Amino acid sequence: MRAPAPAFAADRNGETIERAQAALGGDLLEARERVGEVQLWVQRDRLVQAVTALRDTPGLEYQQLMEIAGVDYPERAERFEVVYCLLSLTRNHRIHVHVTTDDVQPVPSVTSVWPVAGWLEREVFDLYGVLFAGNPDLRRILTDYGFTGHPLRKDFPMTGYVELRYSEEEKRVVYQPVSLQQDFRNFDFMSPWEGAEYVLPGDEKAALPQAKGAPTPLSADTVQKADATKTPVAAPAGDSGSYAKGTNVSADARANAKPADPNVVPTQGKGQNQ
Amino acid sequence: MSEPATTTMDPYIEELLGETSAAHPDTGDVTIQNYTINFGPQHPAAHGVLRLVMELDGELIERIDPHVGLLHRGTEKLIEAKTYAQALPYFDRLDYCSPMCMEHSFVLAVEKLLDIEVPVRAQYLRVFFAELTRICNHMLNLGSHVMDVGAMTPNLWLFEIREDCMNFFERASGARMHHNYMRPGGVHQDVPLKLLTDIDDWLDTRLPRLFEDAISLVADNRIFKQRNVDIATVSRDDAIAWGFSGPMIRAAGIPWDLRKSQPYDVYDRMEFDVPVGTRGDCYDRFMVRVEEVRQSARIMKQCLAQMPEGPIASLDRKVVPPKRAEMKQSMEALIHHFKLYTEGFHVPAGEVYVATESPKGEFGVYLVADGSNKPYRCKIRPTAFSHLQAMDFMSRGHMLADTTAILGAMDIVFGECDR
Repeated sequence: MRAPAPAFAADRNGETIERAQAALGGDLLEARERVGEVQLWVQRDRLVQAVTALRDTPGLEYQQLMEIAGVDYPERAERFEVVYCLLSLTRNHRIHVHVTTDDVQPVPSVTSVWPVAGWLEREVFDLYGVLFAGNPDLRRILTDYGFTGHPLRKDFPMTGYVELRYSEEEKRVVYQPVSLQQDFRNFDFMSPWEGAEYVLPGDEKAALPQAKGAPTPLSADTVQKADATKTPVAAPAGDSGSYAKGTNVSADARANAKPADPNVVPTQGKGQNQ
Repeated sequence: MSEPATTTMDPYIEELLGETSAAHPDTGDVTIQNYTINFGPQHPAAHGVLRLVMELDGELIERIDPHVGLLHRGTEKLIEAKTYAQALPYFDRLDYCSPMCMEHSFVLAVEKLLDIEVPVRAQYLRVFFAELTRICNHMLNLGSHVMDVGAMTPNLWLFEIREDCMNFFERASGARMHHNYMRPGGVHQDVPLKLLTDIDDWLDTRLPRLFEDAISLVADNRIFKQRNVDIATVSRDDAIAWGFSGPMIRAAGIPWDLRKSQPYDVYDRMEFDVPVGTRGDCYDRFMVRVEEVRQSARIMKQCLAQMPEGPIASLDRKVVPPKRAEMKQSMEALIHHFKLYTEGFHVPAGEVYVATESPKGEFGVYLVADGSNKPYRCKIRPTAFSHLQAMDFMSRGHMLADTTAILGAMDIVFGECDR
């Protein structure tokens, strides 16, 4: 690690994984070390037992729960990941504990282990809609009174659905559907060679069916060069699909594609700057 | 009331007070009930937009339900739609009393994922300004704390120091409050030598004079002690269970400072002491912060003595844009500049939790990168969230007027709490 990041005892990552495997047993689904940090995947319904073991087992001793973070991966079967960031004051070490869930299956609350989890779980519930079974006070916390929806989900629009203003006629604050002078524009400056998900301006023609008699756009290897040996190469009939971005994505590119951004709607014939 | 009622008014007063005597051990017809009052959201002692729903028994606090989120601006959602460089200014607006320390966590998290080397001068500059930010933040907190419990003068003197800090920030970054100074890979620009010598002079003369004068008015003041000593005592176990950090956990007697135990940048080269409280009350929290100011000044002096010459940002042109002068001469630099200010740099996929010691405690960033130019998820760990949650058990059984002292000693800023 060359970066000047906080140097907690990262040399204890290996022994931590071993001890966690011994202490948690079958509750631990996966343990790995990434970017110098230990990540543990734990069975959801065994979470409370697992974190209690992490807190109380000598040699692990994660006394403090610093943070609970929700992450939304809409393409997964269980779309939400709840990440518990634990800190050991005595061993000077940090780990993340991950559980996965969806929007109906509750995660057991760890308020009995750490009282601080109360608000942290409320926040994840508010922003993602993850339910926590056993939290005594699972109300919304950050959003407005009477808010609907879970704003940090990837399918929640950036601009929201309602806006509020003070109404001079009614002498109170009123809510109304959001109306913007200009639509929210999410400029995607990703290089088109690295998996941009829109059709570049000009490229849309290549995807359209060709009019009768229109010149076929030949790709470079189908063009017959003057100095090449005279072997006739048949131009693939009507194969203009190779120009169209998105219709012919290789399996490799699909594997590395960035997660679908709900704000970017790939539209035919509309480039990013139009 | 020991004497029997002699005048006609006495039974009435007795009934009003609900007092009982040995002859009449019940409270008679008077039914005592708790009542609920609403504190805030607009209240000078709330340090922002905090609403407390308080259940009181007379003047004693039975229960507090803090309502936060009135300053929620959706920072985390906005950051997901911005490139890494565009996300940085949002951090200034989290804890607007200590902006540089907010940036510090984010740039360290990005650098950890990028695994990029940062020049030593940049690391010194970051530590230097993070400590100046700590002084600046504590000036506001200490000043407003003493004002909340009734003293006026120290606040005015401490704001003098804060004003000096703001001027220094302006000379370094061009902005008094929202600096946007630290960058992944280093800092934005070098500081003039005159600024460093001026700060050196200031640390020797003006800061100790103003600060020690102001603190001498309150540290041993009888009224100040009566309002703070033994108020909201927190034990070590409670401090750990409730996720305390920073001055809150140190005041409870646990010598835990991320600058010491998990040093980042050049904190491992600095010599400083970690002040620890003995009783875990509001007075200890105040005095821990007072001592931290002195230690910050000590760290800044060491930075000034040790800071080497050299580049102030990484020379990796795929992350750090070139300077404008270079752009005028070099095509390569122009291309890099254009790419970095449109597409931005790509951060390798991975997830990290990076926490630094902000003036208020552990300020963490849980960053999930997916290999693109924008963060997939940027969870901000505010210090105020866990501290404010403990407000309920800390103020239970205390008087209504103690709320302001407890709140002041917590050091809460709602830009950070509500995000």
